[in-house]
Amino acid sequence: MSTQNCFHCGLIIPKNEVIVFDEKQFCCSGCKTVYEIFSLNDLTCYYDFEKSPGATPQDIQGKYDFLDNENIQLKLLEFQEDTTAIVSLNIPHIHCSSCIWILENLNRLKSGISASQVNFPEKKVRITYNPEKITLKDIAYTLSSIGYEPYISLENYEAGKYDVDRSLTYKLGVAFFCFGNIMLLSFPEYFEVKEFWLDNYKPFFRWLIFILAMPSFLYSASGYYVSAYKSIKSKMLNIDIPIALGIIVMFIRSTFDIVMDYGSGFFDSLTGLIFFMLLGKMFQIKTYSFLSFERDFKSYFPIAVTRINPNTREESIPIYDIDKGDRLLIRNQELIPVDGILISDKAEIDYSFVTGEAVPITKKSGDKVFAGGKQIGKVIEMEVLHTVSQSYLTQLWGNDIFQKDVQQKHKTITDTISRYFTPILLLIAFAGFGYWVFIDANTAFNVFTAVLIVACPCALALTAPFTFGNILRILGKQKFYLKNALVIEQLAKVDTLVFDKTGTITTNKKSNISYEGESLSSENLEMLKNVLRASNHPLSRMLYDFLPETKRIKLDDFKEITGKGILAVIENHQFQIGSFSFVANQEENSIQQTSLHIKIDGIYYGKYIFNNQYREGLGELFKELSLHYKIKVLSGDNDGERETLENLLPKGTELVFNQKPEQKLTFIKDLQDQGHNVMMIGDGLNDAGALAQSNVGISISENVNVFSPACDAILDATEFRHLNYFLKLSKNSIKIIKMSFVLSLLYNVVGLTFAITGNLLPLVAAIIMPLSTITIVSFVTLMSNYYAKKK
Amino acid sequence: MSVIYLLISVSIIIAIGFFIAFVIAVKTGQYDDDYTPSVRMLFDDEIKKTPNNKIKTTKEKQI
Repeated sequence: MSTQNCFHCGLIIPKNEVIVFDEKQFCCSGCKTVYEIFSLNDLTCYYDFEKSPGATPQDIQGKYDFLDNENIQLKLLEFQEDTTAIVSLNIPHIHCSSCIWILENLNRLKSGISASQVNFPEKKVRITYNPEKITLKDIAYTLSSIGYEPYISLENYEAGKYDVDRSLTYKLGVAFFCFGNIMLLSFPEYFEVKEFWLDNYKPFFRWLIFILAMPSFLYSASGYYVSAYKSIKSKMLNIDIPIALGIIVMFIRSTFDIVMDYGSGFFDSLTGLIFFMLLGKMFQIKTYSFLSFERDFKSYFPIAVTRINPNTREESIPIYDIDKGDRLLIRNQELIPVDGILISDKAEIDYSFVTGEAVPITKKSGDKVFAGGKQIGKVIEMEVLHTVSQSYLTQLWGNDIFQKDVQQKHKTITDTISRYFTPILLLIAFAGFGYWVFIDANTAFNVFTAVLIVACPCALALTAPFTFGNILRILGKQKFYLKNALVIEQLAKVDTLVFDKTGTITTNKKSNISYEGESLSSENLEMLKNVLRASNHPLSRMLYDFLPETKRIKLDDFKEITGKGILAVIENHQFQIGSFSFVANQEENSIQQTSLHIKIDGIYYGKYIFNNQYREGLGELFKELSLHYKIKVLSGDNDGERETLENLLPKGTELVFNQKPEQKLTFIKDLQDQGHNVMMIGDGLNDAGALAQSNVGISISENVNVFSPACDAILDATEFRHLNYFLKLSKNSIKIIKMSFVLSLLYNVVGLTFAITGNLLPLVAAIIMPLSTITIVSFVTLMSNYYAKKK
Repeated sequence: MSVIYLLISVSIIIAIGFFIAFVIAVKTGQYDDDYTPSVRMLFDDEIKKTPNNKIKTTKEKQI
């Protein structure tokens, strides 16, 4: 019974704080309340599917008041009528089958809800409810009360109803339909049964095949014609040109064959080819619907804030309606949406989003506060200086890098190959035609078309999609989520790695606290902890969590002085906790450390130092990386940690401190101008510019569902030390592609020998084509799995 | 002999029928979420046993 886990959320329960209810142990009254709600409503099945599936409900007093605003409601609802409304809410906590079960049984919890359906991959729940019986705000509160707090941000507000693009699925369906039926109808031709009645029906079969091939040729393959046309127009030879050429020539030749009654044509190969290539395209697309790679500040910002009207009435308004001069109310943990002036006498603002600075800044009445900060502690009031779009933080998005079309022109490995492939192919085709034209004009035409048909680089075009698709899935399983397959190629090309410091190579989760000075007796520690309990300052909270559990002692006197520290009297001892200047009455000489100084009964004892906690395995990771890459560390922080970092990181690592978001962006740009391929690894909004500018921007996230700026890949923070493995794997995938290029070219050579000699029968084409496809696909799949296992 | 026309047209019509069913399935979004339904279908049996629980918990609440 040394460690107990909470029945609801699974957290380890601290000693002496167990709450026993219904023979079950809970870590806090929040978890207990959720259990109570469930057991009163016959919903305890929740705990049967998964062990400790819950989350502790957070205090959200007043947080969702804006949902009463009709304009906001209108934007969020999918459908609305008198007695029915439908809303889709994003719930990051959805993670197991218990979650699905409880969320789909919401109607048993609240009678106004008629149905709810979970979309697990997107972590969304779609709720149908009766607005006369229950309001949207009530739903949000109900969800929060059972630990499923919905995540509603400005992004939801702006996004309209979007249509999913399903055209590839349709194309694939059409291609498969045509391919399958044509194959069946072609069988008599393959075996050349010399039966009278089959011969009689030959034209019927052939024309039926022709008709069946039309949808595949015209609709399914249409993407290739468009892409080929575009690439010719921009004078870049990509792989789609020989593909489109092959398809068109194949169609014309086959039609010609049927019309002239020369043979059955290549319709079976044609439709098979289109089907396999579309399948490759489909396989390459692996989307993580619960992630978003396009986030900007909007997904961080709340939809609405509370405005205090001149008649002191509070009102929830959308943040775009904020005007200069308005008075806003910001609650604990709320984001400040605009620049303004603080009116309340003090505020603790956490700017870690914007600057990367981990420790909150204290602001006094009259100070300027910037958008992007998060208020910690009490409710504050502020007066607006700029509207949302003119605030300091949002102006970063005015930078060119965010306006630019992200589809940068970079050559993929397949395109590089096809630059040589296409001219050579045309050369062979014309050479064959030139040779045969003097012998037999008819054969010359046959050879010319046969070359284009057989060389149609189906296997070549399939190589990259299947390799990348497979690697993408392997990486996804290891919690490294890539935006698309192109990122793998970019990863393989990277030669310089730039790391952000705060939040990237350090973790925000834990702070490393150490004590320096005269040791404190256990009574003193006990009292210190009780003094800290009363304080809301983040540093006090951190230190409070760090100190061992003690019994509670009543404070006799307590005074918190903004920006300085705490004065308290406890059991007739006087405590002074705070900054050095406050405690010791003199200026501090080394300001670079974040520390809390302790003075008891007028005697200075020592200080608690808050160090950054570096991620596990950081040293080894950097050592391995430094063998192949140039490493640089950028930080928005001051250089207080320079020495620690220099000891930790391999020699030659460049460290740059005091970098503003724009400076980070230019730093990356300068490196690129020197010809480097830069990978930026960062977190938070302060890196957003640098992430967008870099060749590959990777965002580290403690919780992948929320809070990651626009980037090319999202890496779960727990997998950070495997970064080198990921980079190696991406390099190996390029190797695999090169190997299978050789293999598929071999098939082309075999096919070409048939074609050049004028012996390409439809049957030969029908065998070579699927055979090459299958070998290539299995080869790349096996190889990529092999390399993935090799750590 | 012309039964072959009949057979083939019947087979093509059936194939088209399946194709249309596929298109409708895609259109209504059945392929958008390929995970949740697999979990959901396992729930039904387990809901029934709750009545006992209710009595138990209410009793304990009174204590």
